[in-house]
Amino acid sequence: MAQEEVNKILSQEYKLGFSVDVEADTAPPGLNEDVLRFISAKKEEPEWMVDLRIKALSKWKTMSEPHWAKLDYVPVDYQSISYFSAPKKAPNSLDEVDEKILEAYAKLGIPLEEQKMLQGIAIDAVFDSVSVKTTYSKTLMELGIIFCSISEAMREHPELVKKYMFSVVPMSDNYFAALNAAVFTDGTFVYIPKGVRCPMELSTYFRINAKNTGQFERTLIIADEGSYVSYNEGCSAPQRDENQLHAAVVELIAHKNAEIKYSTIQNWYPGDETGKGGIYNFVTKRGLCEGENSKISWTQVETGSSITWKYPSCVLKGDNSVGEFYSVAVTSKAQQADTGTKMIHIGKNTRSTIVSKGISAMRGQNSYRGLVKISPSASGARNHSQCDSLLIGPNCGAHTFPYLESQNSSAQIEHEATTSKISDEQLFYLRQRGIGEENAVSMIVHGFCKEVFSQLPMEFAVEAKELLNLTLEGSVG
Amino acid sequence: MNIKNLHAKIGDKEILKGLDLELIKGKIHVIMGTNGAGKSTLSKAIVGHYDVQTTQGEIIYKGENILEMEPEERALNGVFLSFQNPVEVAGVNNAYFLRTALNTKEKHRGEKETNAAEFLKLMRRHVEQLEMKPDMISRALNDGFSGGEKKRNEILQMEILKPDVIILDEIDSGLDIDALKSVSEGINRMKDGERTFLVITHYSRILDYIHPDYVHILQDGKIVKTGGPELVKILEAEGYQAIQKDLQCEP
Repeated sequence: MAQEEVNKILSQEYKLGFSVDVEADTAPPGLNEDVLRFISAKKEEPEWMVDLRIKALSKWKTMSEPHWAKLDYVPVDYQSISYFSAPKKAPNSLDEVDEKILEAYAKLGIPLEEQKMLQGIAIDAVFDSVSVKTTYSKTLMELGIIFCSISEAMREHPELVKKYMFSVVPMSDNYFAALNAAVFTDGTFVYIPKGVRCPMELSTYFRINAKNTGQFERTLIIADEGSYVSYNEGCSAPQRDENQLHAAVVELIAHKNAEIKYSTIQNWYPGDETGKGGIYNFVTKRGLCEGENSKISWTQVETGSSITWKYPSCVLKGDNSVGEFYSVAVTSKAQQADTGTKMIHIGKNTRSTIVSKGISAMRGQNSYRGLVKISPSASGARNHSQCDSLLIGPNCGAHTFPYLESQNSSAQIEHEATTSKISDEQLFYLRQRGIGEENAVSMIVHGFCKEVFSQLPMEFAVEAKELLNLTLEGSVG
Repeated sequence: MNIKNLHAKIGDKEILKGLDLELIKGKIHVIMGTNGAGKSTLSKAIVGHYDVQTTQGEIIYKGENILEMEPEERALNGVFLSFQNPVEVAGVNNAYFLRTALNTKEKHRGEKETNAAEFLKLMRRHVEQLEMKPDMISRALNDGFSGGEKKRNEILQMEILKPDVIILDEIDSGLDIDALKSVSEGINRMKDGERTFLVITHYSRILDYIHPDYVHILQDGKIVKTGGPELVKILEAEGYQAIQKDLQCEP
């Protein structure tokens, strides 16, 4: 079988690369206090928020971009990026949302019109720097659930925002988190009250549309005692030759007996085969299991972006709390991913599970980087990590960097790692049984990802499988 | 299936040098020959394995030259190879794989696709018949299977996919006597006067269980002698050298 055929499947065109022409308010490129004031004014933020942004900017200025990850990319010129772009017509109701934006979402398979809304899934749609529409808000409000854009939350629920924002990811946590704290534009806010089990999937769809802008969203989810929520995010961007920056921050807080399930399907534009264009995805995601018996579960399917730098983590503070990380990361074309997790065990009998599946094809480079830290207080803590890599073709790479710090001898930690290849022999075997080449590849890849996909909510599992097929189409031969 | 003047090479080395062989429908053909004679190359050429490059000749099957077909097309047309060393495919469930293969074939033929429940019943029955462990159904394809388990799994696939031309490449190698028996029984169950078998082997041991109609001797890339089961006896008694001598004596 010829390697070119494999590559053909892998180099499948990015299907969501369109852009729409929407009149936009865009901040001039550059990063300074005036820009922060501009963003804050556009978003009608309270004064305390402006002060926090300015504080974050001054911290960011003292920091430098981290380069410990196994990533090789053209440096970002932070002064050439526009930090805010919003459709000019600010919508107050759906009728006021620009038709072109609705069309753009419809093209992505996400109808925002009331009559077409997806059953059982409430959606917050973020277009460039603003949230354009949140569905089912009212239905959820009846249960006391707050599901809105973070801008709205700052105005309507300042006490919650002040209490929890920066409590899990402090503004000076890292370079990209500080940048986000200064310039974050929109994102989703979720609060689930005590004892409430959120009856539907909550979902945010992030779309970068405008040129030369970055997207800096900030998501904050709080699950109060005994509550449950399953939240999903999806993302895509137009196909452009220039790199675009996406630096998001997600903070999760789970109180006593609460559970948060957070799933991501990341499909930012990956750039072309030569590495030209694509999104730089520098993301900080962290969850705090604050109360006892709380649980936070991250599931991610990363298929897009030219550069991914992302480590969704759990701080297991409450006794008996549970952290999980299930990840499928695909790097094809010239994509590079350095991704993994951190499980910080503080409480007694805390448990964590890490399942990471990296798939590399064409010239893709995939690194797993994970830390398991057992604090002296974490008696009886347990961790199980499993990191598997699958290589397709001779020019890609897989790397594993597991870190382990244990300060409590009663902890039990297990780590397993494997690297395998889709061999010509395997593909031939399946083809000899009548299964076509593309189905054969997808059968092997899906078999490899099974454990992770089974964690996704049904609708998203289907999307993830299709996405994986598209990403790997043409990679085999 | 009619193989005419087949030339094939692996890399730069010509292995098959004008091989002619007619496989008669419903019959069991056995190919014997020394190491390196080209037995496995022949089986690979028939199924379109990427290692083998055919340079001349044709293989006419159901009126078409299958050398021009993709491997999966040949398979869907009823050509099945039981591999000498079945490859392990981690993560792909054995039942899921086999059901996909069966459904693909049914779809190709415009037949109703066997559903999951029906399939599981079918697979269980065959697994039992072949005296395989029940967990073979849910384990990953050939993953961690012993040599004997792999061979039984090939026969299982054969019995479920019901191909028309069945190539068994050293199905008997590395099998203990019990495994050899149940594998042979599987083959005999498939014999119905319609299906054609091509059994490639080093040893005559398996021929105690399956009774060939024709025996062909392959040497240096060609079929040098064709006969009935009596050929096996001569080989056993006198070895390949006798055949060679015999050939040299022929006028």
